[in-house]
Amino acid sequence: MTAVLPKHRTLTYSEAVREALAQAMEVDERVFLLGEDIGTYGGAFGVTGDLVHRFGERRVRDTPISELGIVGAAVGAALAGMRPVVEIQFSDFTAQAMDQIVNQAAKIHFMLGGAASVPMVLRAPGGSGTGAAAQHSQSLEAWFAHVPGLKVVMPSTAADAKGLLLAAIDDPNPVIVLEHKLLYKQSGPVPEEATRVRLGETTVRRTGGDLTIVATGVMVSRALQAAEQLAADGIEASVLDPRTLRPLDAAPIVDSVTATGRALLVQEAPRTGGFMAEVAATIVESSAFGHLRAPVARLCGLDVPIPYAPRLERAAVPQTEDIVRGARELVTAW
Amino acid sequence: MDLTKDADAARATLRTMWTIRRFEEAVDDLFARGLMHGTMHLSIGQEAVPAGACLALREGDYITSTHRGHGHCIARGARLDAMMAELLAKETGYCRGRGGSMHIADVATGNLGANGIVAGGVPIAAGAGLAVSMRGGDEVVVSFFGDGAVNEGAWHEGVNLAAIWDLPVVFVCENNHYGMSMSVGKAFKVERLAERAAAYGIPGVTVDGNDPQAVHDAVSDAVHRARAGQGPSLVEAVTYRWKGHSKSDKNLYRPREEIEAWREQDPIARFERVVAATLSEADVAACRDEARDAVREAIRVANAAPDARADSLADAVYARGDA
Ligand SMILES: Cc1ncc(C[n+]2csc(CCOP(=O)(O)OP(=O)(O)O)c2C)c(N)n1
Repeated sequence: MTAVLPKHRTLTYSEAVREALAQAMEVDERVFLLGEDIGTYGGAFGVTGDLVHRFGERRVRDTPISELGIVGAAVGAALAGMRPVVEIQFSDFTAQAMDQIVNQAAKIHFMLGGAASVPMVLRAPGGSGTGAAAQHSQSLEAWFAHVPGLKVVMPSTAADAKGLLLAAIDDPNPVIVLEHKLLYKQSGPVPEEATRVRLGETTVRRTGGDLTIVATGVMVSRALQAAEQLAADGIEASVLDPRTLRPLDAAPIVDSVTATGRALLVQEAPRTGGFMAEVAATIVESSAFGHLRAPVARLCGLDVPIPYAPRLERAAVPQTEDIVRGARELVTAW
Repeated sequence: MDLTKDADAARATLRTMWTIRRFEEAVDDLFARGLMHGTMHLSIGQEAVPAGACLALREGDYITSTHRGHGHCIARGARLDAMMAELLAKETGYCRGRGGSMHIADVATGNLGANGIVAGGVPIAAGAGLAVSMRGGDEVVVSFFGDGAVNEGAWHEGVNLAAIWDLPVVFVCENNHYGMSMSVGKAFKVERLAERAAAYGIPGVTVDGNDPQAVHDAVSDAVHRARAGQGPSLVEAVTYRWKGHSKSDKNLYRPREEIEAWREQDPIARFERVVAATLSEADVAACRDEARDAVREAIRVANAAPDARADSLADAVYARGDA
């Protein structure tokens, strides 16, 4: 849908992340990378690729397997004036580093009354769909979005993967960037320039008057596919992608729901305590409430760990056809 | 540096130790009288460690500190009035009333913060050391922690990173014999915590933590190594905390005789005896008086300051602009 401007080329999502890292490192000596197997190996998902050959082992720094130590070292380096970008191999392993993320990185600026800040980025792939099962497939964004002091982004396109990461590196706060492992190989137009996508801006990916679909991560592309199928049946959906979960830019969501009167909220993560519960509450607390023609509906992952078997894994999280069905119900039943 | 024979150094050491002691006695008293809230971890009896260690540092060096961090903050040169204001929940406190005792920090003197999480500061110190090393600087980071921290995963991960990358970090363990109520005898199979250094391929040494000179010598050696690019070291300073772990401690886990025996080893009284040949009685008395007066003045200034304001509570959740 995005207009392809002359200075865009097609890159994969993972190439876009790599380009952002390279451009940030080129212009700022303080930026360096820290993570397991990000050097010669090129990263568990190949994201850092050959960066070690361009920038050297000092700035593309392989670490031992010690997530807590890595994130702690990034916190300390950030406090002491550097701009570390950490890669955690799978977002699931942030559990090992939670103290440094939640109790240190997120709190230090506040606890010190603003006297110091922690400008670091933590990138980690999340999500299911690779058959990696329960300990390598989670969508943990709600954990981080719940913590004041953290910013949380979930890029859903290659261009956003680049632009949001560049903005995250600029930001003086700890930013969690949750990439999706299914998106790494998807491609899209990406600006050559180091164009930032501002943190805290919801984007409208498609406009339609019958309902508003809000989706994050890999669900954005499924929602767009669903919207195409719905359009064939005469149902026009708007698709909104918050991109930044914290701080959430709610205004475009409120405006869209005000116009359509219907909201379908789609997330891969399990329903209970999930991020879309926050979006639902935000809608019903807003001026859009009086314009609702149907209850706000959520389409979420099941409240189960992600299973291994492909058929079960598919069944555990929303698929395009589920979104189509959910949207149709919302429009026809109300 | 000879802290006992050089009169200036002896005075500095003694004044720092007395300042820590008087500061903590004062907050103990304010707390008991209901004039200070929250909780409080006092390091009375352990003053020789921060005093001796911080004298080995110079401007631009960093420290990370612990929940028992008043001594580190003072020894590094923080302002007593801003510390006291923080503890009294004033807007003029180091953290504008957001941090309190357990998060006291003075960024200007390189204090990257006290920490409410046992061992939380250890990987952070490694990271500060990494920043120094990547910039090609010669600053050093001293990371203070208790014996309890040495069994945390964060400790092992932080020390290992500093070791493999030869980072300029000095790990200073204040072995005061207890992690809350858990004694080192029960929590460790090793005799000396400094033995743990061997597992990471770095030097480890155990010193008398009630002797500021012994602490200073060991930390100075480690600082020299670190500045020369030879990597981190572990210094275990054996000492004792006289008071309870925090305000809720009934001291049921240790015998009164043990506490009495260690009070006999008072690092300050001992140091005063040692420097009797260097400092006159009047000099020693002046150190004591200066410490008392400075703490009194800090309380006066802090009390007069405005309370921390809730209207700006959300101000510093996120940093703005360029960090
Ligand atoms: C990770 C963590 N676990 C437990 C606690 C509760 N706690 C606070 S201080 C402390 C004892 C720490 O002992 P040590 O590290 O020896 O330091 P000391 O209090 O003796 O100075 C405990 C258990 C904590 N703050 N953080």
